[in-house]
Amino acid sequence: MSENYSLSVNGKSLEVRDSWVGESLLYVLRQRLGLPGTKGACEQGECGSCTVLIDGNAVCSCLVMAATCTDSNITTVEGLSDGDALTDVQQAFVEAGGVQCGFCTPGLIVAVHNLLESNPSPSGLEVKEALSGNICRCTGYGRIFDAVQLVVSRRTGRTS
Amino acid sequence: MSITTTRSRDVLGTSALRPDGIPKVKGSFEFSSDANDDSMAWGATLRSPYPSARIRSIDVSGALRIAGVHAVITAKDVPGKATYGLISQDQPVFASDVVRYMGEPVAAVAADHPETARRALSAIIVDYEVMKPLTDPEDAISGSHPPIHPDGNIFRHQRIIRGDQTIVGDVVVEDTYEIGMQDQAFLGLEAALARPLSGRGVELIVATQWLHEDRKQIADCLGLAEDDVFLTLGGVGGAFGAREDISLQVHCCLLALAIGRPVKMQYGREESFFGHVHRHPAKIWMRHHASKTGKILRIEARMVFDGGAYTSTSPAVLINGITHTQGPYTCDNATVDGYAVRTNNPPCGAMRGFGVVQACFAHESQMDKLAEACGLSPVEIRLRNAMKTGDPLITGQLVESVAPVARCITETDALPMPAPLSAPDALDLPGGSGLTTQSHHVVRGVGWGVSIKNLMYSEGFDDYSTARCTLVNGKVRLKFATSEVGQGFVTLAPQIARTILGVDVVEIEPMDTSVGSAGSTSASRQTWMSGGAVDGACRVVRERLFEHVGRVHGIDPIRLSISGTDVVDELAGFRISVADATEGIELTHTYEHHHRKTEDLDENGQGNCHVAFAFVAHRAVVDVDVELGLVKVVQIATAQDVGQVLNPLSVLGQIEGGIAQGLGLAIMEEIVIDNGIVKNPSFTDYLLPTALDAPDVVAVTIEEPEPQAPLGAKGVGEPPCISVTPAIVAAIRDATKRQLNRVPVRPYDICL
Repeated sequence: MSENYSLSVNGKSLEVRDSWVGESLLYVLRQRLGLPGTKGACEQGECGSCTVLIDGNAVCSCLVMAATCTDSNITTVEGLSDGDALTDVQQAFVEAGGVQCGFCTPGLIVAVHNLLESNPSPSGLEVKEALSGNICRCTGYGRIFDAVQLVVSRRTGRTS
Repeated sequence: MSITTTRSRDVLGTSALRPDGIPKVKGSFEFSSDANDDSMAWGATLRSPYPSARIRSIDVSGALRIAGVHAVITAKDVPGKATYGLISQDQPVFASDVVRYMGEPVAAVAADHPETARRALSAIIVDYEVMKPLTDPEDAISGSHPPIHPDGNIFRHQRIIRGDQTIVGDVVVEDTYEIGMQDQAFLGLEAALARPLSGRGVELIVATQWLHEDRKQIADCLGLAEDDVFLTLGGVGGAFGAREDISLQVHCCLLALAIGRPVKMQYGREESFFGHVHRHPAKIWMRHHASKTGKILRIEARMVFDGGAYTSTSPAVLINGITHTQGPYTCDNATVDGYAVRTNNPPCGAMRGFGVVQACFAHESQMDKLAEACGLSPVEIRLRNAMKTGDPLITGQLVESVAPVARCITETDALPMPAPLSAPDALDLPGGSGLTTQSHHVVRGVGWGVSIKNLMYSEGFDDYSTARCTLVNGKVRLKFATSEVGQGFVTLAPQIARTILGVDVVEIEPMDTSVGSAGSTSASRQTWMSGGAVDGACRVVRERLFEHVGRVHGIDPIRLSISGTDVVDELAGFRISVADATEGIELTHTYEHHHRKTEDLDENGQGNCHVAFAFVAHRAVVDVDVELGLVKVVQIATAQDVGQVLNPLSVLGQIEGGIAQGLGLAIMEEIVIDNGIVKNPSFTDYLLPTALDAPDVVAVTIEEPEPQAPLGAKGVGEPPCISVTPAIVAAIRDATKRQLNRVPVRPYDICL
């Protein structure tokens, strides 16, 4: 338990001190760096609750050892917006009813940002494919699909 | 259904948004797993690898020698009651002499790091004498296996005998149906933080469905008075019944008290499969007697629920199952025999639908058989037998609830069908992106399911709820212990206060045990029960407000009412804002809402055992790859009896979410058990519906306000997940012409 290294998270360099090198990025974010927004629900990369961006790619942080990320830029749900403001994706999830218990929500928010970055106007099927790695047990996904379409229509200036 | 997003004030009937929505999308909402303390240690649980074994000895010395390990506790370290349980306290905090299911807790450790705790668990040596497990419920019933618990192998046996026991119908259909063990699979894993209180007692932050019941059981096991155990609701990441029983609560408190420091416990997914109860697997035989015209004359049934190793809520699940044998159909004569039994399988208890899911799969499969035998459509057979308000159940209880069964069916039937499968995108076929399905192997099917579900607790239980309303300076504070598990009571409660008291700002105080019990967030009961408590508290405060305004302004309070955000005397043209009227004063009231009394069943299963009922119909359209056995649920149409819609967006969320869970049971979700061994305790092997599995949901609500309900609204949580399962299976039968008497339907059930 004596490893020291630094990680670039949400644009800041953060020190990880006296850690065990086997700790996952999920654990380090939550327990060492004070960023509990990223959630863990399966530890196998199946549920997507722990989704973060590593150099712009959506990754399950439970599957990544934190100590391997020293040369990467990490973005968590806490780093998507400035201060109290919500991103358009976050706003749409609230308005469309895409949140119930909310445990899957941070991972989904990151995944939707990632999807719309690479595909600004996805079809319904493309949305389903892109989000199929993020399990939600409460909503049945309907309101989440609505939230994504709300963002797309607002970004493209179309009315929903 | 359409969702109203424009609103002036977030009163009842609007799609008010969740007050916790913003913190949840930002990642700042504090779930129980996010509770930390600078001085905390980490707790972990050692569990039995065997479903049945005698414990010869436990050697913890190796664990204690590991640097960073602060405590190891076993059964001998439980100062109070050694067992706990919701109905019968037959489940040990730690196994001492025998283990009765795979995953039963044997010891717990507290260490400075989760990894140290895991190493400590592996250093504990338990000498087991492995025994032959009891895994077949029929062996528990027949007595062919010796008792595996001092309380015996039968949790409960109950019959229902009603009417003429000799009637034989012109048409008789019968079969045996099986329901697999489903997991609630909430996303937010079990987690808690326990803090020893200075002097005496302990504080626990925990995700649970029922704070006060947890407190009672925890205090008993700790040997403390209830007042020495203080519970606060940690953010709950879903529940669906799995948080009704104790999991890590007692262990976490014991460890914290043992080391005199805060202890955090958090299950991983595998441990979660062993740490909470599941939906009962069941085997149900049913025989329906009917006239040639399809009128049900008599139903015979035998139901066996496998409750696993400990009681949990098995007796109540059984009663729900057998009392819903007839489904939402009239039937004057019945013979039902039901068992809930103990085995060395994982303990089963509450899950959304609570016994009715199992009964519904059987009775709806039977209705389709009856339709075929009588030459009627699935819709016609159901309409001919549809129950109405005032009809008697097979328990003798009259259905006093609004019972729009026929409307549920006809309004579902009127919903548009999906476009036919012509020139589909390959990704839209059952095999999806695997591109395994050839479109000429795809057959479409349509199926129906209709259900009745009891609301609230039954058999004489008074599951009341408590709420306090405080009105001060035009703002309301609400206090209750109602568990918000995602269903949206934190949205609804302020809507009630705004409507009754004419305020806009409503603050919800922390949910904890410093106020009276709210009962459990289960049985579709919180809108009715805690909604009723908030409604009652607000109404009393409104009376006090009118008395105050009347006194100050010389008006008879009976002339006053709330209009928007004002107190008004319409006739006199008097108007004052609630904010101005309450400046400098505080009006507060605590209210308990009780539902009407219910009764136990007698030996023939007769009695007014349920409070109220809700109804729903589902129509499923599926595409089946008949060669590969793959199923894609294309569309679910549903008309649900809701009493009154209080928040359209929340109702739709419950409908869509429940449908997804019922879909899971229909075609993918099952805890696979082999001789007591759980084979798939992970999200890799226990399959859950993903975004790609989500069908199009076409939903309408049927609003006929329920006179018994404080807000006219029935609970909407459970019905969506109940009859959707048989509807999907019926649709698969329609496509494949196979019997399919078991859920989940597996690929090899279809194509081999």
